[in-house]
Amino acid sequence: MFSRDTWREIFVTIRKNKLRTFLSGFTVSLGILIFITLFGMGNGLVNTFDEFFSQDATNVIYVFPGRTSIPYKGYKSNRTIEFDNSDLKDIEETFPMFVEYISPRIFRTATTTYGEESNDYTTIGVDWGQQFAEKTIIMQGRYINQRDVEERTRNAVIGRLVEVDLFNGRNAIGKFIDIGGSVFKVVGVFQDEGGDNEERQIYIPYTTRQLIEKNTDKINQIVIQFKPELGYTGAVALEKNLVRFLKDKKFISPDDQNGFFVRNVAENLKQNQDFAGVLQLIVSVVAFGTIIAGIIGISNIMVYVVKERTKEIGIRKAIGATPKRVIGSILLESIFITTVSGFTGMLIGIGVLKWIGNTLKEDYFITNPYISTGVAIFATIILIFFGALAGYIPARRAARIKPIVALRNE
Amino acid sequence: MIEIKDLHKSYQMGSNSLHVLKGIDFNVEAGELVAIMGSSGSGKSTLLNILGMLDVADSGEYLLDGLPIKNLNETKAANYRNKFLGFIFQSFNLINYKTALENVALPLYYQGVGRKERQEKALKYLEQVGLKEWSHHLPSELSGGQKQRVAVARAMAAEPKVLLADELTGALDSTTSYEIMDLIQKINDLGNTILVVTHEDDIAHMCKRIVHLKDGVIVEDKKIEQVRASQYVQ
Repeated sequence: MFSRDTWREIFVTIRKNKLRTFLSGFTVSLGILIFITLFGMGNGLVNTFDEFFSQDATNVIYVFPGRTSIPYKGYKSNRTIEFDNSDLKDIEETFPMFVEYISPRIFRTATTTYGEESNDYTTIGVDWGQQFAEKTIIMQGRYINQRDVEERTRNAVIGRLVEVDLFNGRNAIGKFIDIGGSVFKVVGVFQDEGGDNEERQIYIPYTTRQLIEKNTDKINQIVIQFKPELGYTGAVALEKNLVRFLKDKKFISPDDQNGFFVRNVAENLKQNQDFAGVLQLIVSVVAFGTIIAGIIGISNIMVYVVKERTKEIGIRKAIGATPKRVIGSILLESIFITTVSGFTGMLIGIGVLKWIGNTLKEDYFITNPYISTGVAIFATIILIFFGALAGYIPARRAARIKPIVALRNE
Repeated sequence: MIEIKDLHKSYQMGSNSLHVLKGIDFNVEAGELVAIMGSSGSGKSTLLNILGMLDVADSGEYLLDGLPIKNLNETKAANYRNKFLGFIFQSFNLINYKTALENVALPLYYQGVGRKERQEKALKYLEQVGLKEWSHHLPSELSGGQKQRVAVARAMAAEPKVLLADELTGALDSTTSYEIMDLIQKINDLGNTILVVTHEDDIAHMCKRIVHLKDGVIVEDKKIEQVRASQYVQ
């Protein structure tokens, strides 16, 4: 069945019936091309989504102060809750098994000056562990370290764009800048995937900030980075225990939702991943539909092709072709055409995705569209298989027709 | 070569049954050139289809070169057709996207003959019908007479025991018809057995024997003095 003669016969048939070959090949190519482009774009959309929500570390819980809304244990409602250094220490001591780093964040906006250049920036008083929660990347120098915090040094780490603004591209390391009337030495420059705003910030030791502000021990927010092994369930459990602990310590009613607020990144991440999953599912359904449409297209053409060839089949049978050989040659021909054009469409599709690359990122939120080779090949094979099946059914019927009937078919 | 005994065939037309062949007894010796005549509806085409294994009889016996032809499945029928029979049709039935040479070589392809031998043989038979120079032309580039010559060459190529021709001149003008009959006669002179179905008297008389069919039975079966077609051909 697979002799050289059979193939030669098939090639002759293909070459002499260019329109027919083109039509069925084009359908398959187009189907695969659309499938791959669509699926790749969908993946690009999911990529954008992932990127958008994964700038910061995912094993982080933020605690923000608020105001109470329920009177409790003799305290009136509408009491402002404040955190201080003792809260940091207590959390660390209460949850030693869970907490990896804990850091306060004290936000202040301050006019910052170097030489002639001056601008307002957010300075954040932090502990040295904060670096990991924000995924801050040090470009030059270093981050705030433990010594800075303990000795209340006047060292600052500035964002990449702060260096651009104030130093006009010159190296800022070792230079002294004026932050709200206090002189700090720049020990590091960082970049952050979070975007421009986060690169216009300045980190200083929180203890130094407290010293400047009359040696207070108040802090704004608490950032807790828990051990990644906890996973999603562990993070939810930690959050629950942390809330109970803080409410107890700050005399807030267990039912009060406003005393302070907790943002658990792990929980957000879970929701976002679920959302991305739904997105992926929609893309898959659409892509699946495209494949189905492709199968229907190739089926139609195969039915037409066999119908058109009914007389030829009759002639071939009259001069001695067995049904098996008739079916075999029609089938081989259709498999050959769909395979060649299917893989052509696949390669073009992958090429299109490569060519699109990141050009649609800004306007259409499609980042790095791609399709895994496995999925692409699988889809192509599916289409080839159904193309062959769609050819087989009418071919079998045509081969069963009595030659005398087929010959009468004009 | 062909032995037929008490052959019956009827077609189911709705609730009515149309009895087309009502007991045909008929023998053909090797090397004969037989014309089967009859008006339309006489059953001559049905008889030819049964002889050609394109159709099956309801009852009766059919021996081809001593081989009983009955209960054939499609594959076996196709193999027998390929080995024993050559067909020539009124409408030529060439494959339109294949050249004359490829058309003639096709039965040999189904016999499993190698490509080189196929081409040589096909060319030989094209030469025999006088179309060697046209071997690489498509049917659409040939005249009706030329197409029928290609069809004759194709029927010959498989070197069958019997050639069956169904109104082979029906689509041709009389000059061309005679040319084709001249060819048929020459092939018959070489010893080939040929059955020609026709309703044209002059064509029938170019055979050696005429079998008359009427309403499904043979009403006349006579040997005749053959009229040579060559006298009408320049």
